Amino acid sequence: MDSAWLQYVFAGLTTGSIYALVAIGYNIIYNVTEIINFAQGEFVMLGGLLAVFFMEGCRLPLPLAFAAAVLAVGAIGLAMERFVIRQARNASVLSLIIITIAFSILLKGSAMFGWGKDPYRLEPFTAGGPLLFGGAALQPQALWVLGLTAVVVVLLSLFFRRSIYGKAMLACADNPNAARMVGVPVRTMVLLSFLLSAAIGAAAGVAITPISLMEYDRGALLGLKGFGAAVLGGLGQFSGALVAGLLLGLAEAFCAGYLSSGYKDAIALVLLLLALFFKPEGLFGSSEAAKLKRF
Amino acid sequence: MLNVKSVHTYYGNIHALKGVSLHVRAGEIVSLIGANGAGKTTLVQSICGFNRPRKGAIEFRGEDLSGRGAEQIVQQGIALVPEGRQIFATLSVENNLEMGGFIHRRRPDRIHRDMDRLFERFPILGQRRRQLAGTLSGGEQQMLAISRALMSRPQLLILDEPSMGLAPLVIRDIFRIIGELRQEGRTILLIEQNARAALRIADRGYVMETGKVVLQGEGSMLLRHRQVQRAYLGKGSKEIWEA
Repeated sequence: MDSAWLQYVFAGLTTGSIYALVAIGYNIIYNVTEIINFAQGEFVMLGGLLAVFFMEGCRLPLPLAFAAAVLAVGAIGLAMERFVIRQARNASVLSLIIITIAFSILLKGSAMFGWGKDPYRLEPFTAGGPLLFGGAALQPQALWVLGLTAVVVVLLSLFFRRSIYGKAMLACADNPNAARMVGVPVRTMVLLSFLLSAAIGAAAGVAITPISLMEYDRGALLGLKGFGAAVLGGLGQFSGALVAGLLLGLAEAFCAGYLSSGYKDAIALVLLLLALFFKPEGLFGSSEAAKLKRF
Repeated sequence: MLNVKSVHTYYGNIHALKGVSLHVRAGEIVSLIGANGAGKTTLVQSICGFNRPRKGAIEFRGEDLSGRGAEQIVQQGIALVPEGRQIFATLSVENNLEMGGFIHRRRPDRIHRDMDRLFERFPILGQRRRQLAGTLSGGEQQMLAISRALMSRPQLLILDEPSMGLAPLVIRDIFRIIGELRQEGRTILLIEQNARAALRIADRGYVMETGKVVLQGEGSMLLRHRQVQRAYLGKGSKEIWEA
């Protein structure tokens, strides 16, 4: 029996999870500030490379290296908000988005100086050969990626829907002045959003590095595809980002398998364009809410 | 309770408040009227921490408010129903109210009790508790904005142009609500362009013109005042072509 399709499904779900995590990173910052943070992909790249650094360079065991990479990138996210975004606090959202592009170039350049242009690899989280299902192989590391994504999605959905701090973050995005009026410390919330999405991006980076390696210029494409997933799923929607990310990963894997791997990267852009043309509020965004938003 | 002492505030480069003084005593309802650009909203922003005065002092219950940001003012016990309502349009009605109680977040039981009480008082909001606030009508949004402010359990409620952009029948509803709040003994500072309704409901009133308080006194006295009648109520002096 031809089990190639099952292999594509596994591959698609794994990369799709990473797109979903990147898309979720976009959504968190967007939900609080309406900014699209184009440095999101660089957080993933830095997560992977820093984990390599902490394991190989500092000889830390994997769990510690994972935590250290996530914390370090979280700190970069904090610094980005505190020293870059906040300095331009009177700028329009659009100018702030352009600033995030500049910051992403800065991060990419620094990574090139720090690590050079070669890809780095990381040992899988758990040892052991691939698991076989109906003739298709599944890397144990892929299960780690899927599990991480599931945990992040569930926790974040609960946070924004149930916790008063989550709702306060949404209120900041909706109307920052009114949020201050009711006593929400808007600046703290914005800071928190950058910390959170940088940390999630970094976690995704650490988890994917054993499968796909990591090099300094991976961030831009990951960021772009994650953005595609975020728009396709409806900006700000976590479950939408998850489904759209997985869909995008699957579409890519099947395209690479059955058509040509050369077209793989175009898929995300085509889906992004189609979404913008036909359903700008995204597959799962409510058009009612979209009408009430400025972006 | 609230004491504004010769405050000077700039709106950009414009000297918007030129030494404004006013006070509100506990249990009083005080109206502030004046034309567009008289500085009413700048005064509200100065009190609520959005625009710091360059000179003068604002005291609330004996404490100096200067230097406090907007998010701290509400903790002092001043809640604002802002001009243009400014509800959280993309949040549900329920979540808007919950946000209103943000400063009591360590007492969720209190938030829910207050919310239920407000839903009893404004059943229409109760029916729409899960709807997005932006889909409500203008009058309902104003009710929501007032309710959100009440959720913080304020000592002083500031209403900035609550009748703006609403139909006359709805304005009557809003003023009925303000009347009820007054019956409950709440302290209210009401900023309005609708001078007649605002002065009728008020214990005392202030009239602002180009950054200064030009008249003050009891509401009923101001209503009868010739200058007020001519400038804000459209009565009294004859136009040239009428003579």
